Amino acid sequence: MTPGRATLRGRLTLRVASALLVVLAAGASLAVWASVVHARAPKPVVTIERPGQCVEATDVMRRDHMKLLLHQRDRTMREGVRTKPHSLAGCVECHASAKTGSVLGEQGFCESCHRYASVKLDCFECHASKPERVSARAKP
Amino acid sequence: MSEGSRRAFLSTAAAALAGVAIAPGIRLIEIAGARAPEEAASAKVRWGMLIDTAKCATGCTECVKACNEENGLRDTGRPRTDAQWIRKIDLKDLRTGRQHSAPVMCQHCAEPPCVDVCPTGASFKRADGIVLVDKHTCIGCRYCVMACPYKARSFIHENLAEQKPAVPRGKGTVEGCTLCVHKIDRGDGSTACAQACKAAGHEAIVFGDLNDPQSAVSKRLREIPSIQLRSDLRLNTGVRYSGI
Repeated sequence: MTPGRATLRGRLTLRVASALLVVLAAGASLAVWASVVHARAPKPVVTIERPGQCVEATDVMRRDHMKLLLHQRDRTMREGVRTKPHSLAGCVECHASAKTGSVLGEQGFCESCHRYASVKLDCFECHASKPERVSARAKP
Repeated sequence: MSEGSRRAFLSTAAAALAGVAIAPGIRLIEIAGARAPEEAASAKVRWGMLIDTAKCATGCTECVKACNEENGLRDTGRPRTDAQWIRKIDLKDLRTGRQHSAPVMCQHCAEPPCVDVCPTGASFKRADGIVLVDKHTCIGCRYCVMACPYKARSFIHENLAEQKPAVPRGKGTVEGCTLCVHKIDRGDGSTACAQACKAAGHEAIVFGDLNDPQSAVSKRLREIPSIQLRSDLRLNTGVRYSGI
């Protein structure tokens, strides 16, 4: 065995070892990162104030509530049909928190889920987030 | 039965039934006039108002206050940018010195210039003649503010909070008198300003269906002379004035 060859083999081993180390380190940091992320995004708090009374089945509402609202929105705005089933006011009336009286806030029915899903919720920049009676009581 | 005689029969029958009270306080004619909640607004009705300036008191702002209260408009202390759906105008004839006052708001034109200029279709006229802004599609360009000859539209400059559930309002959109559309859809049959004016004992604002010859507003319009503001523009306004 010539000294040149020995050095080559040594270098190869070193490379393999360092590559392994890099992979291991990356794996470990990924695991740490994943656990941090997991800790940062707790599941949304979904408190149903009046269970079993929703206008559609839960899976339909989860997937399609925005479509129902959009349809009802145009009916209300353009044609003046303000019947309850899929109106935003109807959602708010039923789902406003008993504690805060609102669907917004960290534990609010709408906001907690939208925050978790990272979907912008701009309905309530214009619409009332509290039902009529609570809004009426609130001071300007 | 031919179409003509059938119609004649129906109208006679309706006239005969009109005065019949089916329950205390409810008459058949009123039920016929009201729209069912699930029914879309129809072009058979055209909502409008008559403002009798002879009855409108100078200095009285009951209609403005009632409008602000009903629609959740609040004073921010910055009157130059505050929304204003209805305002009192004081008029004076310089030759004779006669002074009078009148409320001015969106005139709910049949040919609204605000609808013509809107680039997104947000400014629109409902089938029953009410001119509204669909804030979902309003981009806040304010073309309508400039196009309106009555200065009836306001732009919202600041974030709002505690809006009324029936009257959504928000920053970056244009708004104006809705003729209390939420009240009309509810079947109240009057606007906040007309109710307040009546409560104050003036009854200067008469609200109703311009297409119904039996409505209070139509009857009054038949009785007294009235004009449309800027009638030269031929916008066919839903709000008429008398005594100007």
